[in-house]
Amino acid sequence: MTGWRILPMGEAAVLAECMLDDVAAANAQALALACALQLGFDILPAIRSVLVRFDPLLWTVDEVAAHIRQQIDQLVPTAQADGQTVVVPVRYGGEHGPDLDDAAQSLGLSAEALVMQHTAQAWRVLMIGFAPGFPYIGPLPASLTLSRRATPRPTVPAGSVAIAAGFTGIYPARLPGGWHLIGRTDLTLFDPMRQLPTLLQAGDRVQFVAV
Amino acid sequence: MLRVVAPGVLCTVQDLGRSGYQRFGVPVGGAMDRVACAIANRLVGNLPTAACVEITGGGAVFEVVEPCVVAVTGADLGATLNGQPLPMWLSVYLTAGRRVAFEGRRSGARAYLALAGGVDAPLVLGSRSTYLPGGFGGLGGRGLQMDDVLRPVPGQAPRDLIRLAGCAWPVAVDYALLIRILPFHDPSDLRSADLTAHPWRVGASSNRIGLRLEGPPIQTSQSREVISFGVFPGVIQLPPDGQPILLMADAQPTGGYPVVAVVIQADLHRAAQALPGDELRFAWTTIAEATQAWRELQRLLALPVEEDDGTALAAASRG
Repeated sequence: MTGWRILPMGEAAVLAECMLDDVAAANAQALALACALQLGFDILPAIRSVLVRFDPLLWTVDEVAAHIRQQIDQLVPTAQADGQTVVVPVRYGGEHGPDLDDAAQSLGLSAEALVMQHTAQAWRVLMIGFAPGFPYIGPLPASLTLSRRATPRPTVPAGSVAIAAGFTGIYPARLPGGWHLIGRTDLTLFDPMRQLPTLLQAGDRVQFVAV
Repeated sequence: MLRVVAPGVLCTVQDLGRSGYQRFGVPVGGAMDRVACAIANRLVGNLPTAACVEITGGGAVFEVVEPCVVAVTGADLGATLNGQPLPMWLSVYLTAGRRVAFEGRRSGARAYLALAGGVDAPLVLGSRSTYLPGGFGGLGGRGLQMDDVLRPVPGQAPRDLIRLAGCAWPVAVDYALLIRILPFHDPSDLRSADLTAHPWRVGASSNRIGLRLEGPPIQTSQSREVISFGVFPGVIQLPPDGQPILLMADAQPTGGYPVVAVVIQADLHRAAQALPGDELRFAWTTIAEATQAWRELQRLLALPVEEDDGTALAAASRG
């Protein structure tokens, strides 16, 4: 077991973090570990980590950490099955993507080139986090990596497609947000009344298409 | 059955929340003070999963529309029944026309009102809890409003109400704002010792998502962006301004701020009873002590309820 850091997080949780520099590889490992861990734990995969919560009257931190290490040792690197590929139609720029021009300029690209790169390949859904149904998609190449806006917006329209910190994401609802808004989609990303409440799951692939 | 006459500062329907849905970005949610919520349910004979009304601050008034049995636990918000003090931590039979009012805060922040049969609301992702930022759960995803009606879950309303009344909780719940924490070792070299050096004031923007703690900023040797990882109620984050955030029930399931410490699960209900302006203190503990505290709390929650000596009936007839 190399390349992992296992830390107790209080008396009832353990965080296992994959320390590989390659975010895509670390994410594949984290998702594979989340699948391998046994039932009875509350398991939350994130971009490069897995949070395991448990009842401290049934398990000790050491037992859970040992169980995680055992599963990591047995991980098959290619075990992670690809999820579905979801096509996301996006209206780029203008009122739908008010930051497209500024983001392109900061990246030393034309707006068209940014859109072309954003739609050039299917990206991986690395995790759902931040808000119900919000997908962290990527990792984006260095040519599309921008830090967050200096001042977050108090509200961002639902469906906004954004980039920041080497990821691209889609705001499922009207939310505050600090990412650069480059477009908007009409797809519903989160519906709490559905049995499966999110359009996307970690492990899926997303193909953005300009419309 | 109760009708909301006035919602006061904030009333929401809450149960134990949505464990298992965090991979969809959904917070655990549910009652901030899960201990008081659980005891309120016990007192009226409900299952632990039943929904209660979480009453924050004073001003809430309810009118009894149909006879029911209720119990109030948690913060002392000056509960009255037709103007007379309503005993807390006790199940009480209420006849139609009575009024239950929460006059104002005496101590704590959140009271829980359990209704025999459980407060009815549609199940959303396995829970009746209100998630205000997402606008779902509870009654229409919002706080209670005037003229909302709180009914027991159909088929769950007990037939023999009088028999349920007069159950008292045998021991007091400790609400001291002294919160035990465990360190979280993050290599970003945070001097987390600063957390216990002085009390922290609960900031004005604190809510069900988290308590924003104000005090001398905690120094970090470096400010670095952390790749978001799973967090949960009790986690203490440190944003770049050095003012810690204690995540509470409605916290997002992932966070990108460095984590400095984690509140032990057995003390989280105490933090839930702090309102803006209150001061709380942290003390370091060990995993062994934290586990023992959790074991004791579970033992406390499993105590049998006591038959009351008649206070309940006296209160109900006086009101």
